[in-house]
Amino acid sequence: MSNRLTDTLAALQPRKALIPYLTAGDPAPEQTVAVMHALVEAGADVIELGVPFSDPMADGPVIQRACERALSAGTTLSTVLEDVAVFRRDNSHTPVVLMGYLNPVEAMGYMHFAERAQAAGVDGVLLVDLTPEEAGDIAPMLKNHGLAPVFLAAPNTGDERLQLIAQHADGYLYYVSLKGVTGSATLDTQAVGARVAQLQQHVELPVMVGFGISDADSACAIAAVSDGVIIGSALIQAMEAGDSAAAPDAAKAFLAKIRSAMDAQSSEQAA
Amino acid sequence: MSIAQTLDLQATPIVETDGHFGRYGGSFVAETLVGPLQELTRAYYRLMADADFRHELDEDLAHYVGRPSPLYYARRLSDKAGGARIWLKREDLNHTGAHKVNNTVGQALVASRMGKRRIIAETGAGQHGVATATVAARLGLECVVYMGAEDIKRQAPNVYRMKLLGATVVPVTSGSKTLKDALNEALRDWVANVDDTFYIIGTVAGPHPYPSMVRDFQAVIGREARAQMQQQAGALPDAVVACVGGGSNAIGIFHPFLNDANVRLIGVEAAGDGVDTGRHSAPLSAGRAGVLHGNRTYLIQDEHGQIMPTHSVSAGLDYPGVGPEHAHLKDTGRAEYVAITDDQAMAAFHQLTRVEGIIPALESAHAIAYATELAAELAPEQNVLVNLSGRGDKDVNTVAERDGIEL
Repeated sequence: MSNRLTDTLAALQPRKALIPYLTAGDPAPEQTVAVMHALVEAGADVIELGVPFSDPMADGPVIQRACERALSAGTTLSTVLEDVAVFRRDNSHTPVVLMGYLNPVEAMGYMHFAERAQAAGVDGVLLVDLTPEEAGDIAPMLKNHGLAPVFLAAPNTGDERLQLIAQHADGYLYYVSLKGVTGSATLDTQAVGARVAQLQQHVELPVMVGFGISDADSACAIAAVSDGVIIGSALIQAMEAGDSAAAPDAAKAFLAKIRSAMDAQSSEQAA
Repeated sequence: MSIAQTLDLQATPIVETDGHFGRYGGSFVAETLVGPLQELTRAYYRLMADADFRHELDEDLAHYVGRPSPLYYARRLSDKAGGARIWLKREDLNHTGAHKVNNTVGQALVASRMGKRRIIAETGAGQHGVATATVAARLGLECVVYMGAEDIKRQAPNVYRMKLLGATVVPVTSGSKTLKDALNEALRDWVANVDDTFYIIGTVAGPHPYPSMVRDFQAVIGREARAQMQQQAGALPDAVVACVGGGSNAIGIFHPFLNDANVRLIGVEAAGDGVDTGRHSAPLSAGRAGVLHGNRTYLIQDEHGQIMPTHSVSAGLDYPGVGPEHAHLKDTGRAEYVAITDDQAMAAFHQLTRVEGIIPALESAHAIAYATELAAELAPEQNVLVNLSGRGDKDVNTVAERDGIEL
């Protein structure tokens, strides 16, 4: 199985994972690899690399805009895989998880995609609109190519479905912290914590929390009750605020602040 | 082409399991929607087996919608075509002027029984939005309709109708700012408000159970038409013709004929400027299978799996996907799918208006155009049944503009 992803997450304990998300090709295709390296320098443990889609129905306005910019600049699933391969020339240790929607993968063909993703150095794949019920064909194919199928769990996911998710999932479980789209504002830390604890009983994978984490405070609060945090929309907004040439610096500054706050919190807890 | 040549008997009749139609359909949604869809599926099948619910639905269809809708023999149109007799199923005479209300009446009753007080919908031309706002007003439910910013400009009268009915119309400015983006936005609303909100999808697409549920509510069209043909024409039709955007009026009239192997079923897509121009809305004629809006079906997409812009003179057909059951009926050969251009539809619009005194919706004009071509090839004793899915009052501005007339 995907050793880089599993091993990286196992080695973190008890430190909490910090997982930034960026949409490949945004703010400009030539900056994607540079932004990925900048995020690693700022303390990213895993990178979620978004594959832009024309109809991102689970995403809020920030990631919708990122998808539109990336697509109009010519980004495709093929160019995203090329970006990962280029990133791997200089980084062989940071796991990369592709996150996107099913249709571009169907258009490439499941087997062809699995082969190419493995060759490029991808470690996991999260397809937002692929439920475990519909994953019977693709999930085993991904696993056979060393790609961890990452699945979502939501506040309203029942125990029975968690069993099904656990059957197919690998790498980590992505807990959607709220009922809503990416980049939403309201987070109830206590409720998230209770739910994560429940998930950890059902699934033997680290539970990462995403949707609605936007800064050091929310990251620390959620990290305290989970195995790690995923931050996407707020990072994209930080890059959006400036020129695309400054995107790697903006990304690094944004994430470094969150990393140091999370590290300060975990050393406090250790002491 | 006879039906025996195109029908794969092994593959029919349609059998559904967990919302799949052959390799199409299914449920491809973000995890947060899985629970609510399962809840809806259970509630829907429980209600359809409930005699009280069926009775309430039948009463609403009879006294609020105005069913059964008439079957009309279009004598002069048939004479002009010069072949088979053409019969029109008059869905344009329903309350709100189209077949859409058959479905919104049904889904609104389901919503009420489930205790949901807030209704959301997507709309393209505004017909489904109006039909949804109508039933929400009647039941006293809050109603929010998502509509592409481009469509809002094109369909101002329907936007005002929805507002009169008390609905909030939310402009969608993402993507291509049309129907597919309105659907995305409605799904985003639903995911954030699943506890109190019911999403009334307007066509036979979307995740399970929508393609089955919307078909069941629209199948009243075909049940009535089948009986009316036997009574008025003394025979089943030789062919049934209906326009296909998402495909709800077509599946509604087709479904009760599926087991009548001698009845050809013909869906008419929008060829726009022509299917070879790239400016069309004909996924069954010129698309490839893929996954969008919760189901696997034929889509208009590029080689990288990105959904492409569509075009049709009729906003109601301007959609890059199609209901998954149509995809299955195409693959099995039980139904045939053809495409009619904007110009052909416009000509049929004018012809029906002038020879029968019926102004059809531009969507339905696609079906009329193909039906007259087909009738010309058939014998005078044969019968072609056309679903006249809506009336064309909403389209007079579009037609005038296209014909260079200032109102």
